[in-house]
Amino acid sequence: MKQLMLGNAAVARGLYEAGCCVISSYPGTPSTEITEEAVKYPEIYCEWAPNEKVAMETAFGACLAGKRAFCAMKHVGLNVAADPLYTMSYTGVNAGLVVGVADDPGMHSSQNEQDSRHHAIAAKVPMLEPSDSAEALEFAKLAFELSEQFDTPVLLKMCTRVAHSQSIVETADRAEPERRPYEKNIQKYVMMPANAIRRHPFVEERTRRLQAWAETAPVNRVEMGGTELGIITSSTSYQYVREVFGDTVSVLKLGLANPLPVKLIRDFAGKVEKLVVVEEMDPIIENHCKALGLTVSGKDALPMEGEFSQNLIAEKLGGTVHTGRTIDDPIPPRPPVMCAGCPHRGLFYILSRNKCTVLGDIGCYTLGAVAPLAAMDMTLCMGASISAVHGFNKAGGAEAEGKTVAVIGDSTFIHSGMTGLANIAYNRSNSTVIILDNSITGMTGHQQNPTTGYNIKGDPAGKIDLEGLCRAMGFSRVRVVDPYDLKACDTVLKEELAAAEPSVIISRRPCALLKYVKHEAPLTVDPVKCVGCRSCMKIGCPAISIRAGKAHVDATLCVGCGVCEQLCPVQAFKSTGKEG
Amino acid sequence: METKNIMIVGVGGQGSLLASKLLGHLLMEQGYDVKVSEVHGMSQRGGSVVTYVRCGDKVNSPVIDRGEADYIVSFELLEAARWLSYLKPDGQIVTSTQQIDPMPVITGAASYPENLVEKMRAAGARVDALDCLALAEEAGSAKAVNIVLMGRLSHYFDLPDEAWQKSLEAMVPPKFLELNKRAFELGKRA
Repeated sequence: MKQLMLGNAAVARGLYEAGCCVISSYPGTPSTEITEEAVKYPEIYCEWAPNEKVAMETAFGACLAGKRAFCAMKHVGLNVAADPLYTMSYTGVNAGLVVGVADDPGMHSSQNEQDSRHHAIAAKVPMLEPSDSAEALEFAKLAFELSEQFDTPVLLKMCTRVAHSQSIVETADRAEPERRPYEKNIQKYVMMPANAIRRHPFVEERTRRLQAWAETAPVNRVEMGGTELGIITSSTSYQYVREVFGDTVSVLKLGLANPLPVKLIRDFAGKVEKLVVVEEMDPIIENHCKALGLTVSGKDALPMEGEFSQNLIAEKLGGTVHTGRTIDDPIPPRPPVMCAGCPHRGLFYILSRNKCTVLGDIGCYTLGAVAPLAAMDMTLCMGASISAVHGFNKAGGAEAEGKTVAVIGDSTFIHSGMTGLANIAYNRSNSTVIILDNSITGMTGHQQNPTTGYNIKGDPAGKIDLEGLCRAMGFSRVRVVDPYDLKACDTVLKEELAAAEPSVIISRRPCALLKYVKHEAPLTVDPVKCVGCRSCMKIGCPAISIRAGKAHVDATLCVGCGVCEQLCPVQAFKSTGKEG
Repeated sequence: METKNIMIVGVGGQGSLLASKLLGHLLMEQGYDVKVSEVHGMSQRGGSVVTYVRCGDKVNSPVIDRGEADYIVSFELLEAARWLSYLKPDGQIVTSTQQIDPMPVITGAASYPENLVEKMRAAGARVDALDCLALAEEAGSAKAVNIVLMGRLSHYFDLPDEAWQKSLEAMVPPKFLELNKRAFELGKRA
C-alpha cells in the first residue's frame, strides 16, 4: 500500500517488516520517532533505555538470544554507545542487529555537527545511508540481511532531512524469521585478549568481503546522464543534486557509506570529464577518491558546515540560483525560548539573581543561557554538568564552592549524571547539584524515563526515587523545592551553597506542556497600578511584553504560573479568573 | 505537473504540523508525488519554525529554497516577512495578522517592524492577510488557526471542496472534526 510517511516512521516500518522483535533506544532529535512509531506495532517489544550505551547492549543481548534487534540514537548518542559498538564489531551477531543513528547537519537541535560516518569507519562496520522514506524502509530491511550475512552489526544512518521529511513509501507484510538458537561460543563472544586477537583478522576479512559486495550492490547505483560532469553523492545531497541538475549530469549514488567501493568509483570517474563529490559535513567520499589517485573536487567548493540545499549546490557548481523579494526593515530573530509557565524559569531567575556560576547540561533548560536570564556558563554533553562542577570546585576551592552549581534534568541525570554524582560523593567536593525534575524527557517531545513511573507505552513501570538514590550515594543534604516559589528557591539555594558538605537540590514541577498538568487562569495587568518598571521582564517570559509603557500579558500564552506576579513591586498582576 | 511549493511558517507550538499533514494527505490523494519536511526538537520551543510541502510528478529535494515558494502560509506576521525572500516573484502569501513578540523584542533589544503587510505589498508580493485568531475563536478554539489558514488557502487551489473535506476527516481526530470544519469554512469565506 502507498503511504506518505515520515523517514523515521519508514525506518520503523522497515524494522517491522524485517521481523525485528526487540528495540531499545534513548530519545534524541532527530532519531526519536523511529522508536515512537515502532512501539505502535504490537509484535515488537520497545523500550526507552536510560542511555544509548544501555540501549545498544540491550539490543546486543537480544540478538545474541536469537531475535532481530535494533537500537536508535542521535549522532552524539553514538559516542556514548561507541564502547559496545567497537567490540560488537569483533563478536559479530547471532540474529541481525541494526543500529539507527541520526545526524543533525545544521544543528537544528544538537550541540555539535559531527559526522557519524567516522564511527562506521573506525568501528569497521557497514553503514547504510538512505536518501528518502522509501529507501529508509528498504534499507532498514536490507540492514538485517547484511547483518546476518556478514556477521556484523549494521549502522543505518539518517540525517534530519531524511528523518523528518515525509515522502511516499510502499509497505509490505511482516516477515517472521525463525529464532536463531543461542549457542555458547566463548571464542566468538568473550572478548578477552586471546579471543579478540583471533577475531580481529575476521573483522578485516569481513571488510574486504563487504567492499566486494559494495562494487555491485544495488544500493550503489550509477545513473548516467550528460558526461561533462559526474557527481558522486549520497543521502539527502543526492536529492539536491537531482533537483538542480535533473538528468543533465551523471550521478553515482552511494547507499552504502562504509565501506566504499573502489572499482565502481574508478569506472564512473573514467566515464565523465569532471568528477565532483557532493556530501554534507566531512569529505569522507572525497578523501576515499583522492586515496585512489582520482582528480576530484568537493570541499574546495562546498562547505563542511551546515546543511546543503538546491540553491547552495546551484551556486557552487553552476546551476540556476533563485532569488526572492525582501523588505528593508531588519527582521528581529526569533530564537527558541522556555515556554510560558516552564518550571525551569523561576529556578534560573534565582540563579541569575544570586550571580551563580552555572554549569549546565543538555535539555530544554539549556535555554536558561538565553537573555535576559543568561544563567548558564557551560553546556557540553549529557551529564557533564555534575562532573564539571566537581572539577571546577576542586580547582576553585571554597570561593568557587560558594557560588557554583550544576543544573541537570531528570532524564539527563539518569542518562549519565549519576556517575558524576558518585564522583562527588566519593572524592568529596563541596558541590551543589540541582536536578531539574520536570517529570518527563522534555526537549525531545515528552518521553517517559526511569524517574517518571511509566514506560514507553504509558503503562505503569518502575520508578527511581531521586531523593533515595542521592541519599544512598552518601548525600545527607537533599532538598526539594517548587520552582514556582521564588522565595523558597532563593532560601534553599543560599543555604545549600553555604553548607559545608555536598548537596542536591531537586527543583520539582512537571513540564507545563504535559497534558495532565492543570493550569491556573491567565493573569492580566492592571494598567493603572503598573508603573512600567520592567521587573517582570527579567524572567524572559514569552507571554509578557511592554505595550505603551505598561506590562501586557498575552492571555493565549499565559498559564497563570505566577512567577511574574512575585516580582511585581506594586501588585499589578491579577488573575482573569477564567481557566486557559 | 511542475512541482508546486508551499511553505508553512510560524512560531513553534502554533500547530503547523497538523496543517502540513492535511496538505500532504490532500496532495497525495490527488495522485502527486509529495514531500513534507518538518521541524522537531529545540526549534519547537517558541522559535521560528518552517515546514515545507512540495508536490508534483516527481519531487526530489525535501526543502524549498529562496525564490521557490508558490505559497507562504503564515501563522504570524513577522514570520511571513522573515521568509518573504523564499517566495517566487509571482507567489502568494496567506497570513494571519496575529503578532507575537520574539524574545529580542520583549527584552527591548529589537523592535517589531510596523505595517508589515503594506511593506510586503510594496516589495511586490501578493499578500492575503486576515485575522485568523478571531476566526478560530469564532469557530470554537484559538487552536484552530491552522485550519482557518487552510480554508483560506483552499481559495487558491483548483480542487473540489470534497477533497479538502475528505482530508480533514482523515487527519483531524473525530472529537475536533466539527470545530475544524467550522474553522475551515470561516477561513474559506472570510
